[in-house]
Amino acid sequence: MKRSPAVAERPATRSGFDVEAVRRDFPILQTNVRGKPLVYLDSGATSQKPQAVIDTISRFYEAENANIHRGVYYLSERATLAHEAARVRIQRALNARDPGEIIFVRGTTEAINLVAYSFVRPALRPGDEILVSAMEHHSNIVPWQLVAGEQGARIRVIPMNDRGELLMDELPALIGPKTSMVAVTHVSNALGTVNPIEEIVAMAHARGVPVLVDGAQAVPHGPVDVQRLGCDFYAFSGHKAFGPTGIGVLYGRAERLAGMQPFQGGGDMIRSVTFEHTEYADPPARFEAGTPDISGAIGLAAAFDYVESIGWDVLKPHEADLMQYATGVLEAIPGVRLIGTAGHKAAVVSFVLDGVHPHDLGTILDQEGVAIRAGHHCAQPVMDRFGIPATARASLAFYNNRQDVDALAAAVTRARKVFAG
Amino acid sequence: MTDLADLYQQVILDHNRNPRNFGPLAGATCQAQGHNPLCGDRVTVFARVSGPTIEEVAFQGSGCAISKAAASMMTTLVKGRSVAEVEALATRFHSMVTSDPNVPVEAADLGKLAAFAGVRAFPTRVKCATLPWHALRAVIRGAGEPVSTE
Repeated sequence: MKRSPAVAERPATRSGFDVEAVRRDFPILQTNVRGKPLVYLDSGATSQKPQAVIDTISRFYEAENANIHRGVYYLSERATLAHEAARVRIQRALNARDPGEIIFVRGTTEAINLVAYSFVRPALRPGDEILVSAMEHHSNIVPWQLVAGEQGARIRVIPMNDRGELLMDELPALIGPKTSMVAVTHVSNALGTVNPIEEIVAMAHARGVPVLVDGAQAVPHGPVDVQRLGCDFYAFSGHKAFGPTGIGVLYGRAERLAGMQPFQGGGDMIRSVTFEHTEYADPPARFEAGTPDISGAIGLAAAFDYVESIGWDVLKPHEADLMQYATGVLEAIPGVRLIGTAGHKAAVVSFVLDGVHPHDLGTILDQEGVAIRAGHHCAQPVMDRFGIPATARASLAFYNNRQDVDALAAAVTRARKVFAG
Repeated sequence: MTDLADLYQQVILDHNRNPRNFGPLAGATCQAQGHNPLCGDRVTVFARVSGPTIEEVAFQGSGCAISKAAASMMTTLVKGRSVAEVEALATRFHSMVTSDPNVPVEAADLGKLAAFAGVRAFPTRVKCATLPWHALRAVIRGAGEPVSTE
């Protein structure tokens, strides 16, 4: 994708990054809601899509659509090549060793369920433990509870401090001979905390325990290198990372995947079938039963291409600058209290406003065209930990600018006035 | 901004700031919980029912201004009324807040509850207003089980 030259409408950031040019790549950011320009601060729920991704999906359906892995005709071959090229594209983005380590799924939730049912469940014994952290999304709690409940195993929790940082000192005592799995989020969706994954993996592996990382909130905010992290599994959703909904990725280390049972049965995941016996295909096909989301995979690859065309080397400093700005602007509003103040944070500013419930805040902000999330963020244990029912959450992406943050601050100030009576 | 002013009328803001009959009810004969799993709002409604009459009612919980004000105003309106009257009022309230926002509300039989007509323009907030009424219904029907907006 060709980038338009930086136009000097507004001063670019120190790195020379032109956020206004990037914003023009996202059609929805040019729209109005309720008569006001959209201020989209809910990228943690789902990201907006650049034109390049939208065009790639349209082009696929207009000119390339066919089912994959079966047709001998031209279109099917083309579609199969494009789908497998998407796999290689994502392998390269994550620095996985082999394309076979990239399994296409519907999203992070399905990826975690796949590991829970196909990897953990068959080996789980009564009394075993699955270790999660205190800041997990429900999707990294409930699948483990389901398999643990069947087998008489139990969930244990890595606690966190009042800033929303994991108590790493307690980790060694929590990983023992009964631990069958460590499942931890890379970046917290409710707090923005970036967890020390390499350290967690090192501790778990020293005790022979595999690690799954929920990367749903990490992939949209920086490069991920699964070999450097050292994790056994890494899960993320395409739609949070500028790709379409309905596609996600499970990275699994080849030696882990090799011994795993299928997750679902059907076409495309078999080598041979008789009514008596089925031989399963090798990974990744073993875990991809049925016709996959072909356009989704290709669209997700286009999203990685788009991000790479700009480069994390300029996007990351912009986001960090914006985070710092948003934190300062919100903290300066009387009555605002930030929830989640970890030393290492990304993209999420969660807060409560004295005397105004987050849902009321969300409604008032919406009237100003400002989209945020209000609620428990599918992380009720996090809310319980902080003794609050809900927070307002502004989640940023690289296409946000300082005007977005200023609009948020103005709307929060307005909400205070509405409720000051 | 008229929609917003309609939603957050002074009477609603007042009930939110100074909820009436807030807290557990001594001598309650029944209670029920209301829960909106989507947003996490929780309300517990307590009542002292004697024969056909609701003698006392109170509520407790955490929620947005709409659910808190709805619960507060509800408690002021149902005290001393018969179970049958309250059932009818709950039905009337529910049909009002789910009615077409472009059609004026027939306020005569709703009294103060007409203040909640503003939620009609905010479909995502209708459940906030109906949550305490769901809980009250569960109380007077003696269900005692937590009720949900879902």
